[in-house]
This record gives sequence, C-alpha cells and structure tokens, in this order.
Amino acid sequence: MNPSPWKVFGALVRRDVHVVSRELPFFLLRTTLQPIMFTIVFGYLLPKMGFVQRGYTGALLPGVLGVSLAFASVQAVALPMVADFGWTKEIEDRLLAPVPTWLIALEKVLAGTVQGMIAALFVLPVARLIMGPIVGLDFAHFGLVILMTLLGAFSFSAFGLLLGTGIKGEQIGLMFGLIVAPMIFFGCAYYPWKALAAAPVVQYLVLVNPLVYVSEGMRGALTPSLPHMGLPVVAGALVVISAIFMFLGLRTFDKRAVS
Amino acid sequence: MAPAIETRALRKVYPAPPARKRGPQGPHIGPVNIPATVASGSREILAIDGLDLDVAPGEFFGLLGPNGAGKTTTIGVLTTRVRPTSGTAAVAGIDVSVDPVSVKQRIGVVPQRPNPDRQLTAIQNLIFHAAYFGIPRATSTPRAQALLDQLGLGDRGESKVDQLSGGQQQRLMIARALIHEPEILFLDEPTVGLDPQARLALWDVLRALHDQGRTIIMTTHYMEEADQLCDRLAIVDHGKLLALDTPAGLRARAPGGTMIEVTVDGDAAAVLTAVQALPHLTRASARGRELQVYAEKVAEAIPAILRAAEQAGRAPTDIRIVPPSLETLFVSLTGRKLD
Repeated sequence: MNPSPWKVFGALVRRDVHVVSRELPFFLLRTTLQPIMFTIVFGYLLPKMGFVQRGYTGALLPGVLGVSLAFASVQAVALPMVADFGWTKEIEDRLLAPVPTWLIALEKVLAGTVQGMIAALFVLPVARLIMGPIVGLDFAHFGLVILMTLLGAFSFSAFGLLLGTGIKGEQIGLMFGLIVAPMIFFGCAYYPWKALAAAPVVQYLVLVNPLVYVSEGMRGALTPSLPHMGLPVVAGALVVISAIFMFLGLRTFDKRAVS
Repeated sequence: MAPAIETRALRKVYPAPPARKRGPQGPHIGPVNIPATVASGSREILAIDGLDLDVAPGEFFGLLGPNGAGKTTTIGVLTTRVRPTSGTAAVAGIDVSVDPVSVKQRIGVVPQRPNPDRQLTAIQNLIFHAAYFGIPRATSTPRAQALLDQLGLGDRGESKVDQLSGGQQQRLMIARALIHEPEILFLDEPTVGLDPQARLALWDVLRALHDQGRTIIMTTHYMEEADQLCDRLAIVDHGKLLALDTPAGLRARAPGGTMIEVTVDGDAAAVLTAVQALPHLTRASARGRELQVYAEKVAEAIPAILRAAEQAGRAPTDIRIVPPSLETLFVSLTGRKLD
C-alpha cells in the first residue's frame, strides 16, 4: 500500500519547517540586508539631506517589500536546488519517497513562498521604522497586502525552481548578476510604473519583468492613494507568470530528478 | 511470487556526451555520468545495451563490471531514477516506467556516495525518511534506534551527519534504506572509499540482511566482494551481459589454466605471434605493453614466454601469475582489468 501523497507532503513540509526555522535569522539577514540598506540610503539619508522629497518614501516602501519578498523567494528555492542537484545530492532521499516527483517540487515552491512572505513581513516594520511616517501608507486593506504578497512570493518561488534546476552550479553567480540584479533595478521597485511615462520605451519594456507586478501590487495594497497599476491586472499577470514558471520549472525539475 | 527483478532487452541511450569529463576522479555520483560506451558513428552514449536480468526473491545478486560498464545506470533504471530508452524493467513485478511510485514503496537504495540530509542529525535522517514513506514517528523512532544499534551507530543518533566518518555515513545510508522495511535493497558500490576494516564490517551487515531473507542487488567492481557475498553474479561491460552464474560456476568457466601476465618494455603485440606458436598454451592475447597467456604448466610456460619476448626484442619488466579465478574469467571476457 502506498502512503497518501498528502501525508508524504506533510512530512516534506515538516522537514522544511524544522530546517528553515533554525536557519531563519541567517536567511532573513542574507535576503533582506540589501533592501534594508537601500531603505536607509533612499528612505532616510537622502530625504534628510534634501536630495529626494519626503513623499518618495511612499513610493519606495512597497517596492522595497516587493524586492525583499521576490529576492527571498527566489533564493529560498534556487540555492538549495542548485546544491542538491549539483553536488550534495541531499534531495535524493526525498526523490525516493513513494510520491510523484512533481509533489516534491511543489512542496519546495510552497516552502519558498512562505519564506518570501516572512521576509516581506519582517522588512515592513523595519522599513517603516527607518523611514518614519509615510504619506499615503494605509493598512486598511491588509487582506489585499497578504494576497499580493502571496501571489508575488509564489511566482518568484516558481521562478527559483526554474533557475535552480535549469542552471548549472557554477553559473549561480552569473544568474544573480545577469538575471536577478537587472530584474531588481528595472522592477519598478524604486519608482512607480506610472512615473515611467517619462520614458515610454522603458515603461513598456519593463512589462516583461515579473517584479514590476509585485511592486505595483504592493503599491496598490499598501499605498492605494498613490499612482499604481490596477490590482486585477496585477493579479492576472502574476497568476499567468506563476503558471508559466511552474510549468517550466516542473519540467526542468523532472529532467534533473529522472534522467 | 513475482521475480524481484526482471528486465527484458533493456536499453539506455544518453543523447549526448555529458559535459563532465569521464575521469574516475570527477564527481562520480549520479547515474548520469557513467558513460558506458559511445555508439559508433554518433554522439550518443550507450549505457545499457539489451540487458536481460532475472533476480529471484531473497537472492543476493551482484552486478560486477569495471567503471563505466553500465552498472550504476542499471541500478538507476531499477530505482526509477533513470528512464529506459527501450525494453522493460520490473521490480517486484511492477513496471518501473508504468508505476514508479509503487516501485519506490518497495525498494531501499544505498547510493554510491553517502547523501544524507546534512541539516538533520543521524536519527532525524531516519525518522524523516520514514515519514516520507508515511510511517508515523511513534513507529519510526524505536525502529530507527534499533537500526542504528544494529549498524554500530547506537550512540551516534544525535550526532550531526558531518561528525560521522565515511564508513559511519555509509552505514547510516544503509539504515535509511531499511527504515521503511523494503522488500528489495539496492546498493551501488557500497564499499568504495571505505577502509578494509569498515569494508569487512559492512560485509557482515549485508550477510545478516541477506540471512533475514531480503533481496539484495549490489554493484561492485571488487572481485573478492562479489565472490564472498553474492549468490549469483552478472558480469557486465559496455552495458551488455557477458556472463551470469554463481561465483563457483563462473570460476569453473574461467579459461583453462593459470593466467600469466607479462609486461614488456614496448608493444606486446610483437611478442604475441611467437608466443602463439608455443605448445601447451590455452590462449594468448596482447594489449599495449601487456601480454596475457593462459597455461596449464606455469613452470614450463614462463621460460618459453621469456625466450619468445627476447627473440622479439622486448625485455620483460614485470610478471604476474593469477590462478584461475573470477578475475581471469573477467579479463578473458572483457579484455580489461577491473581496477
């Protein structure tokens, strides 16, 4: 008799909760330090020096959260995948479990989603503390904040699955330099998408960047009075992006799991 | 009762050569990086070439072959980690391509290189692995401790995996492979990298498991190991089955006489013609600087061979005498040595 897949899924989740909860402080430090430093410079120092207007923090905060959760989600899935399939082979004990291999990949993506959401929820109060009072910040739609965080974290975890299984171990540095870094800079994290109307070509080019929708979704949920993309558009885009990354990621995962 | 293993015309062809070099020192882990043979005229790699194997329940079965013979790929197919290109493979009567999940439920796998979950302690490795098979903690905890005791790791349960020696990690892998009480245990070169003492200790463990009636499939490239442990042995090379019998049966099939291996200071082929003309030799072959001659009467053959070498202008640099054994059979079948 084979065990119920969901029972096995529960065991996979328990393993990740056990391991991740012990590593959580280091994980948060590793994934949120960069956005927090960015917050200190652009959300505290530059406004204090008078180089940027105080109102900028309203546009910056949701973007910083978007970067945190995207970066944390990608890393939470991609880095262990690269190591597991590349040299430690640790994931093999789970690939021997009597469940379809896609279930193991799905569990990894969901664990990454939760880690991404934790990173965002950790950065939110820290950033608010650094920036001081933020014009337009509104917690009235907290359900929307959670929904946008969830959609964003899931799509970037799925992206992490694709990167982590589609890329060779020695190219992991290249991946962060060539894919993740440009994504952050052109992800409307540090400026609202509407403001890109100043550079129309760029405004349309960045639409291929999934981070744009995460940043804009966070804006729509956290600072609804400031300019942002419509939330239905954002949600629709994130669902489509998640589906594409999940489809491709499961394929590359399967290729690594069964040769 | 269904046979433990049944393969028919099993083939595995890898589409292109792996990017990694095929040097034996490389990261030699997954089944992917075992190029058995490059199919002529193409860039494909033929890892398994029409393999028919039958293993009965309760048997200790050995796959013996040099590195790159296709042993690991065969284990990979049987443990659902490698997709066969054609042919069929069934484990406990279940086709691995049709229902891999049910196959996984029935097998335990000890990999070539220990791959424990390094984030967990030794005993947690076992308890979580059991949980992946749906076994509740209340059942798996005493079972895990019993396995650790049985494998001489009783006091290392709370140790981090990195604090265990290579031999201890290998035994932990065996415990992990047994925690869900599988019908069939696969071990891929389980003693590679172990010191002689740890190797003997592992043999005792494997014998005990076999005595309990478990089916064991083991790959090895150590003759002695195969000879000592296995009920039946398959000798494979280039993905093909070359011989299949009990160790005693295979020894009896070894070419007549003792193998005399003479290394000379140049191409041994030059000596071969002269040697082939000598009486009382069963057979002779040359490979590089090595000349392999089988003879019934060693004391008469050696001076004759040395004279032949001298006449051919080659000076012998080494002489090795191997009595009829699995090794002489292996060399006569494959033309190469195991190590």
